[in-house]
Amino acid sequence: MSYLAKPKFHHPDIETNELGFTHRDYEGSISTLCAGCGHDSISSAIMRACFELSLPPHRIAKLSGIGCSSKTPTYFLGQSHGFNSVHGRMPSVLTGANLANRDLIYLGVSGDGDSASIGFGQFAHSIRRGVNMVYIVENNGVYGLTKGQFSATSDRGSKSKRGVVNTDSAIDLAATALQLGATFVARSFSGDKSQLVPLIKAAIEHRGSAFIDCISPCVAFNNHEGSTRSFDYVRSHNAALNKLDYITGRAPITTDYEPGSTQVVKLHDGSTIRLSKIGADYDVHDRVAAMHHLHTRQATGEIVTGLIYLDGEPHDLHDSLNTVTTPLNELNTPDLTPGQKALDAINASLR
Amino acid sequence: MKSTDIANPNYFHKVVDCQWACPAHTPVPEYIRQISAGDYTAAYMINWKSNVFPGILGRTCDRPCEPACRRGRVEDEPVAICRLKRVSADYKDDVRPLMPKPASQKNGKRIACIGAGPASLAVARDLAPEGYEVVVFDQDKLAGGMMRTQIPKFRLPETVIDEEVGYVLDLGIEFRGGQRIDSLKSILDQKFDAIFVGTGAPRGRDLDLPGRKEAAANIHLGIDWLSSVSFGHTDKIGKRVVVLGGGNTAMDCCRSSRRLGGEQVTVVVRSGFDEMKASVWEKEDAMHEGIPILNWLVPKEFTHRDGKLTGVIFEKVKAVLDAKGRRDLVPTGEPDTLIECDDVLLAVGQENAFPWIEKDVGVEFDRWGMPKVDPATHQSTLPKVFFGGDAAFGPKNIIWAVAHGHEAAVSIDKFCRGENIAERPSPLTNLVSQKMGIHEWTYENGVSNDLRFKVPQKETAIALRNIKTEVELGFDPKLGHAEAQRCLNCDVQTVFSAKLCIECDACVDICPIDCITFTDDGEESDLRSRLLAPAKNLTQDIYVQDGLKTGRIMAKDEDLCLHCGFCAERCPTGAWDMQKFSLEITHAGPGCRSKA
Ligand SMILES: Cc1cc2nc3c(=O)[nH]c(=O)nc-3n(C[C@H](O)[C@H](O)[C@H](O)COP(=O)(O)OP(=O)(O)OC[C@H]3O[C@@H](n4cnc5c(N)ncnc54)[C@H](O)[C@@H]3O)c2cc1C
Ligand SMILES: Cc1ncc(C[n+]2csc(CCOP(=O)(O)OP(=O)(O)O)c2C)c(N)n1
Ligand code: SF4
Ligand code: SF4
Ligand code: SF4
Ligand SMILES: [Mg+2]
Repeated sequence: MSYLAKPKFHHPDIETNELGFTHRDYEGSISTLCAGCGHDSISSAIMRACFELSLPPHRIAKLSGIGCSSKTPTYFLGQSHGFNSVHGRMPSVLTGANLANRDLIYLGVSGDGDSASIGFGQFAHSIRRGVNMVYIVENNGVYGLTKGQFSATSDRGSKSKRGVVNTDSAIDLAATALQLGATFVARSFSGDKSQLVPLIKAAIEHRGSAFIDCISPCVAFNNHEGSTRSFDYVRSHNAALNKLDYITGRAPITTDYEPGSTQVVKLHDGSTIRLSKIGADYDVHDRVAAMHHLHTRQATGEIVTGLIYLDGEPHDLHDSLNTVTTPLNELNTPDLTPGQKALDAINASLR
Repeated sequence: MKSTDIANPNYFHKVVDCQWACPAHTPVPEYIRQISAGDYTAAYMINWKSNVFPGILGRTCDRPCEPACRRGRVEDEPVAICRLKRVSADYKDDVRPLMPKPASQKNGKRIACIGAGPASLAVARDLAPEGYEVVVFDQDKLAGGMMRTQIPKFRLPETVIDEEVGYVLDLGIEFRGGQRIDSLKSILDQKFDAIFVGTGAPRGRDLDLPGRKEAAANIHLGIDWLSSVSFGHTDKIGKRVVVLGGGNTAMDCCRSSRRLGGEQVTVVVRSGFDEMKASVWEKEDAMHEGIPILNWLVPKEFTHRDGKLTGVIFEKVKAVLDAKGRRDLVPTGEPDTLIECDDVLLAVGQENAFPWIEKDVGVEFDRWGMPKVDPATHQSTLPKVFFGGDAAFGPKNIIWAVAHGHEAAVSIDKFCRGENIAERPSPLTNLVSQKMGIHEWTYENGVSNDLRFKVPQKETAIALRNIKTEVELGFDPKLGHAEAQRCLNCDVQTVFSAKLCIECDACVDICPIDCITFTDDGEESDLRSRLLAPAKNLTQDIYVQDGLKTGRIMAKDEDLCLHCGFCAERCPTGAWDMQKFSLEITHAGPGCRSKA
C-alpha cells in the first residue's frame, strides 16, 4: 500500500468521455491492498468500463461484503453510492436497494469467500431472482483478508503457500450461476484487461443478473508454484472462448470481421457485442452446451474465460414482481395513499 | 524496438531535463533537495563545483534549464531553478573552509588567461588547485569581465561579484588587472605552456544612419555606456531616451536610464514583441518600470538641431514571408513616426574583435573574423592557444562561458601532459536505489500542487531611486522551500527489471500520468501511437525493456513521468525501483586524464 494520495496531475492529452470526464474522475481513494493484488486491476477495469460508457458516477451504486475484494469499492468510483455490508450479505442489501430504486446501476463486488462460503445462499438467490446487477466475484481461491486460508473455490489438489494440499472439491461459481439461471455469465482474469473491460461494459448494459467470475491472484498468499490461481498458472491454462468488442449503439462499425468467425450479439439498449471466436465453435446462447463445455474443459485442467452465456431475452426481478417503472423511492404521498375513493374501488372489486 | 541501454550515461541524463539543458550540467534536483532540507551550504557547493558563480547566476543566468524543466510540461510553469540557486547563495554559511586550497605543490606548468570574465575564471579555478601557475590578465582593474562591467548593479550587486570572483582568485591565482594585452606574440614570448583567450565580444554594433555624426554627442553605444555607468563615469542621462534594440542589452540600457534621470524611456524594436531576443522576464521587468516597448519600427534617421540630437525617425514595417518562406520586413506605407528624445542608446548587437592578435602568429581566423576553434576541445590552430566564452563562438552568456572554461581546462590539462585532447573524459555517473522501506524513499516523493511562486521585488518607486538598489529581494527560506517542493526529482529514475516482473499491471493502474504500457513489440513510431497515453513528444525517449514472460515488452514514456515512485510502491516484486542517477562532468584533474 501507499500512504500518499495519488498525485492529481494527469497527462495533458488525457482522453475525455461524453460527459467531459477523464478516467481519473472515476477513481476512488488510494488502495490499501497489497501491492500487485489482482483486485486492484479489477478496480481499474471497472473504472475504465464506466469511463468508456460515460456513466455518470452518481447513478452507480457499489455494494460489497467483507474481504480484500469487498474493500475495493472504496478504491474506485469515489463519487458513487456505496454500501459495505456484513460478510456474505451483499446480495440481499443489493436486492433491497434495487427494489427501492431501480434506476441506479448496481455493482455487487464480492470475493470467493464472501460468495462461495458464508454468502453462498445469498449469492444463489439473488441470481435466481434475476436481480438487475453486475455481480463480480474477485476470485483468488483464498480468504485473503484473514491471511490465506483455502476458500471454497480453491481447486482440489491446489497447494497453499505453506505446502498444504486442498482436499475439498471446488465450487465453480460460473457453472453454478449458469445452473441458477443467470442471464449473463462470464469468466475473466485480472491480468487481461483487454478481455475484462468489454465484459464489464457488456454486463453493465445487460438488464438482468450478470455474473462475472474474475480470477484475481492474491500476491500475498496465492501466487506461488502449486497454486492454481497464480499469474503463471492462469496464463498457461487460460482457454479463452472469444475476444470481445463492446460497441455502443451510436458508434459506427469500423472493423471488418471475417465471416463465420464472428458472432454479433445485439443488446437491449441498441449496443452490440462482437465476439471473435477462438478455438471451438461455441454458441453463447446455449446454456446447456455452455455447462457442458465448462465441465469438459475443466476436466482437462483448463480455465475457460470469456463470455460463457448470454440470454438475449433477460428478465428482471422487477418484471416478475410487476413493480411500477418509477423507482419506489420516488413515489410520493398521493401515489402511495390514493385516498378513500381508490380504497373503496379496491374493496368493491374484492366483494 | 531495441531494449533501452540504461548503462549509457546519456539515457538517464536526458531524463533529468534541467541538468541536460544546463551547459555546465549542474545537478539541479540534487541541490534543490538540499534547499528543501535547509542545507543551503551543501546546495551552494553543488552549484559552485558545476557553475562557479551560484550567487551571480542565481540572479542573472539565462536559465536554459527552465524551458526544459519537466514541471513546465506537466503544469503551467517550470520550477524557478535559477532563483533557487540564489536561495542557496543567500542563506549559506561561510563556505570558505569548504573551498579547495591553493595547491601546495606547483606542477611547473604556467598558464596565461587573457581577460578575466567568467570563461577565464572557470579555467583558472579548474587548473590552479591542480598545481598550475595561472596568470590572469585584464585591461580592467577588477576581475569579473562583463558580469562586472555590463550587468547593472540593480540586477547584480557588486558584493556578490566580489565574493564569488574572490573565491576563484583566492586559489593562488595571479591576477594582473589594469593590463591590456596588445599583442599575443608578447604573451607567447613569455613561454607559457598554454594560453586561454577569454576576451569576450567587446564591441557594440553601430548604426550608420543620417544624422549619426552630427548628433554623436547624444548617441551612445549601449555596452560602452553601460560599462561607463558601471565604472561611475556616467551618472545621468537626458529626460527623454530612446533605446534601439530588442535584446537583453537594450533592457539593461532602458532600465539603467530610468535610474539616471530618464523619465520617458522608450524601447524601439524592428521586429515583433515575441521575436525579441530579450528574455521574457527581462521584458516584463522593463515594462513593470513604466518603459513602453514599441515594435515593428525601423530607425531611418537621427534628427538634430544646432549639433544636438532632437529625435529619431522610424519607418513602420510588417513581416511578410517571401517565396522561399523567409521572413522579410517590408514598409507598411504608413507615415513615418518621429520620437523626440535627448539621448539614444544603441543596443543593436555585439561583435568580436581581435586587433591584438597578430595575423602571423598561427591563430587562423575565418572570413567573419572569428578564430577557428574546435567546438569540443576549444583549441585554436595554434596548438597551445585555446578560446572560450564569447571570444570563441560569439556572444552567449555566463553559463556558456563557464561551460567552455571547464572544457578548455580539461584540454589544457591533457595538453600539458602530452595527451590526446580529442579524447574527452566521460562523466562520473552513479545509480543508487532510494528504497528505505515498502513505501519509504530517501526523497520526498509526494508531488506538490503549488504553482510557481513569484520572487518578491522592491517597490518600483524605491528601486528607481538608486541604480545600485537591487530590485529582486529573492525568495526567503519559506518561499524557497515551497518552490523547491515543486521539483519533481527527475534524477530519481524509474529502473525496470523485466526478470522480476509478473505482469500484474499494478504499476500501469496506479501511474497518475499513464506512462507505462505492457504491449506487443513494434517500431518506435508504431509503439508511440499504441501506448496508454499518446507519446507525442519526440524529444523524450521511450524506455523499452523486453524479456517478459508473456513475450510483450514494457514501454514507458519518459516525457511526463512525475518520478512519484508510485509504480515502485505498487510493484509486488520490486521490478520497478527508484534509483538516483547522479552525473558529474569530469573537470580538469586526474579524472580527465588517460588511464594509460
Ligand atoms: C549588457 C549586457 C548584459 C548581460 N546580461 C547577462 C545576464 O544577465 N546573464 C548572462 O548570463 N549573460 C549576460 N550577458 C552576457 C555575458 O556578460 C557574457 O556572455 C559573459 O560575460 C562572457 O564571458 P567571457 O568570459 O567570455 O567574457 P567577458 O565577460 O566579456 O570578459 C572578457 C574580459 O576580457 C577583457 N579583455 C578583452 N580584451 C582584452 C585585452 N586585449 N587585454 C586584456 N583584457 C581584455 C575585458 O575587459 C573583459 O573583462 C550580458 C551582456 C551584456 C553586454
Ligand atoms: C461473519 C464473519 N465471519 C467471518 C469473518 C472473517 N473474515 C473476514 S474476510 C473473510 C474471508 C474473505 O474472503 P474473500 O471473500 O475471498 O475475500 P478476499 O480477502 O480473498 O478478497 C473472513 C472469513 C467476518 N469478517 N465476518
Ligand atoms: S492479501 Fe491477497 S487479496 Fe488481500 S490485498 Fe493482499 S494480495 Fe490482495
Ligand atoms: S514514477 Fe512511476 S508512477 Fe510515478 S509518474 Fe513515473 S512512471 Fe508513473
Ligand atoms: S507492478 Fe511490478 S510486477 Fe506488476 S506489472 Fe508492474 S513492474 Fe511488473
Ligand atoms: Mg478470496
